[in-house]
Amino acid sequence: MSKCGVRMVVEPGSTEITKTGAWRTFVPVFDHDKCIKCSLCEIYCPESCIHQIEGNFVPDLDYCKGCSVCAHECPREAITMVLEE
Amino acid sequence: MQESLFAPGHRACAGCGMPTAIKLVLDAAGPNTIVTSPTGCLEVTSTPFPESSWRVPWIHSLFENAAAVASGVEVALKKFRKTDINLLVIGGDGSTFDIGIGAISGMFDRGHRITYVCYDNEAYMNTGVQRSGSTPFCAKTTTTPTGKLSLGNPRPKKDMPAIAVAHKVPYVATASIAYPVDLRRKVKRSLKADGPAYIQISAPCITGWSFEAGDTIEQARLAVETCLWPLYEYVDGVLVGAKKVRRKRPVEDYLKTQGRYKHLFKAEGGAEVLAQIQAMADANAEKFGLLD
Amino acid sequence: MMKVVEGSYAIADAVRCCSPDVVSVYPITPQTHIVEHLSEFVADGKLDCGYINVDSEFSSLSSLIGASAAGARTYTSTTSQGLALMFEVLYNVSGMRLPIVMTTVNRALSAPLSIWNDQQDALGARDSGWIQIYAENVQEAIDLTPQLYKISEDPKILTPSMSCMDGFILTHVYEPVEFLDEEKVREFLPPFRPEYVLDPKNPKTFGAFTDPSWFTEFKYLQHQAMQRSLEKIEEVSKEFEEVFGRGYGGLIDTYAMEDAEIVLVTMGSIIGTIKEAIDELRSEGVKVGLVKIRCYRPFPAEALKKALKDANVIAVIEKDVSMGYESALLTDLKGALYNSSIRTPIIGFAVGLGGRDVGIKHIRSMVEKASKVKDAGIESEFEIFEVKPECL
Repeated sequence: MSKCGVRMVVEPGSTEITKTGAWRTFVPVFDHDKCIKCSLCEIYCPESCIHQIEGNFVPDLDYCKGCSVCAHECPREAITMVLEE
Repeated sequence: MQESLFAPGHRACAGCGMPTAIKLVLDAAGPNTIVTSPTGCLEVTSTPFPESSWRVPWIHSLFENAAAVASGVEVALKKFRKTDINLLVIGGDGSTFDIGIGAISGMFDRGHRITYVCYDNEAYMNTGVQRSGSTPFCAKTTTTPTGKLSLGNPRPKKDMPAIAVAHKVPYVATASIAYPVDLRRKVKRSLKADGPAYIQISAPCITGWSFEAGDTIEQARLAVETCLWPLYEYVDGVLVGAKKVRRKRPVEDYLKTQGRYKHLFKAEGGAEVLAQIQAMADANAEKFGLLD
Repeated sequence: MMKVVEGSYAIADAVRCCSPDVVSVYPITPQTHIVEHLSEFVADGKLDCGYINVDSEFSSLSSLIGASAAGARTYTSTTSQGLALMFEVLYNVSGMRLPIVMTTVNRALSAPLSIWNDQQDALGARDSGWIQIYAENVQEAIDLTPQLYKISEDPKILTPSMSCMDGFILTHVYEPVEFLDEEKVREFLPPFRPEYVLDPKNPKTFGAFTDPSWFTEFKYLQHQAMQRSLEKIEEVSKEFEEVFGRGYGGLIDTYAMEDAEIVLVTMGSIIGTIKEAIDELRSEGVKVGLVKIRCYRPFPAEALKKALKDANVIAVIEKDVSMGYESALLTDLKGALYNSSIRTPIIGFAVGLGGRDVGIKHIRSMVEKASKVKDAGIESEFEIFEVKPECL
């Protein structure tokens, strides 16, 4: 409370503490060999949770809601949605 | 790794088109930006107290006053000689087309240097898919239901960009989340305008439109390819460009994939409506020169 | 040096002395002269501020939300329908803890349309979380202006405030007033330096949405700040008196209260007339006194208990009606006294609605009714005063 001050303002980017990955039913599985690094998956991801790490695009499963937009938009069909156990 | 200015952890539905729009807008505007948002899906899903997805300063006041709030920010910053900050309003179509239009008209009229961005999902989604002034002809919403006497929304979509142009604002454009390069370029261009700008972004709503999971961007793309969502730019009141549609698709390709238009393919009179919607698309193609 | 000017000009000049960064206004009778004079000051380079000619009162207060959050000292003024149009924004401003200062020119609310004075407009905004102080005369309204900024902008208060002044009666009257000394105002009123502002270098979120787990805390803090402002209002009033040599008594003021049996309680410009009536009645031996409410919100319950403890009859005179019950101040006052040891009968009169003139003879008539209560008990607890017989 005191952190927020009397006006109860909120810290930037603080939704990060909420791991929306728990919403997911299907998980995107990336085939890095098929990937042509077009970065469309990263651009379109509504969660801003696909990042290029050491060259490869990787979803941050802490936040991925499993919406499958990335799989749908991948021009090389390098992303597959798999039912998460 | 470049951090998005719109943080994850927001509560928008899985597959919502709006966060992609926000991300692209902020990406183009950069961190030296202040955003004002009206009440709506964006505000509710991105700022559940004590959390916020915004990594730029952001303010929300009410549903119908974002353009006025932003006007005050602009005038205050001018007084403090801080004129290098990008000012954005980002709101949905309900607040833009309907309840906030008076304040927007005032903002345009007074010439504030603000880019007003409308992420358009064509109904009041936050309250449960009710009709807005942006809802297209014969789309089904919870307040324009289909029935024995109804084929959905009886009125065509309000032409908000034309209303902006009529205010003689220096920059007006439509954009789509399916065309990120075009969208970012337009945001950048709007921020260079010496006065108000208006950008209306097609941002499909999976819940309200009822389409297949993962289809969000495809929906936005189909809207453009059918010429139902022309991508154009007005500079100083003059149409300066429109994105060409390489292969114009019939409107059915777009409409048949959405639950909100399902009735048009079954009900009596549906075929006539489809023809009317096709005529609207054709008129767009003609007006904006979308075809080669 | 005293100067004879129009009330509206005097208020505009007081605002100028407080150096607002942003002024945003929409014209409405009888507030217009205030905003016209402010725009003249800006046009003449006498006031260096952003001046926004907005599209409605809704937008005027809304634009100040943005300006105030960006760190600006802000001012607006409105009346009646304009205040009603701002209704939603009023709650938003106070909930966001933005210290906006507004002159509320008091005027009746339509229908039927009336451009004349009563206090229904501001009374209707009673619960909106704004500090409300009512001025008796133009000089008090002038002097309130810097005081309100000082109260509202206090980091422990951060609550908007309105200076209420009766439309036409005070806005359009020409009377001799003492202008504020700009230098002294600068000394009295420190610059507005809020802890957080809209700033890309420190990108905070303002106006987040809350679920039931947090809303109560917002309201608690707001209420606490309002309560705290009771003390602050007294303190600032004293400080103002020290610097400028003019005082008005803080939360409430009293007149002819020594040995008073009948006590009138009221607020606003009607006090001038009441004081004259009291002088007359006193000379005739009637023991009547006055408690003037300056600060209506926060409600000065403790101060009122103290001031009213020796009264035999209390008569509340006010320019508003809460339809279906009685007038607002009457209800509030009864509520404040209920759990105290004071068991004095209280009656109320709604007067001056839609600009109906209230003269000395009317005050005398109300005092007479109150004196009957002293002997015979309450016959009528509340009445709308002097209704035409054909409507009764």
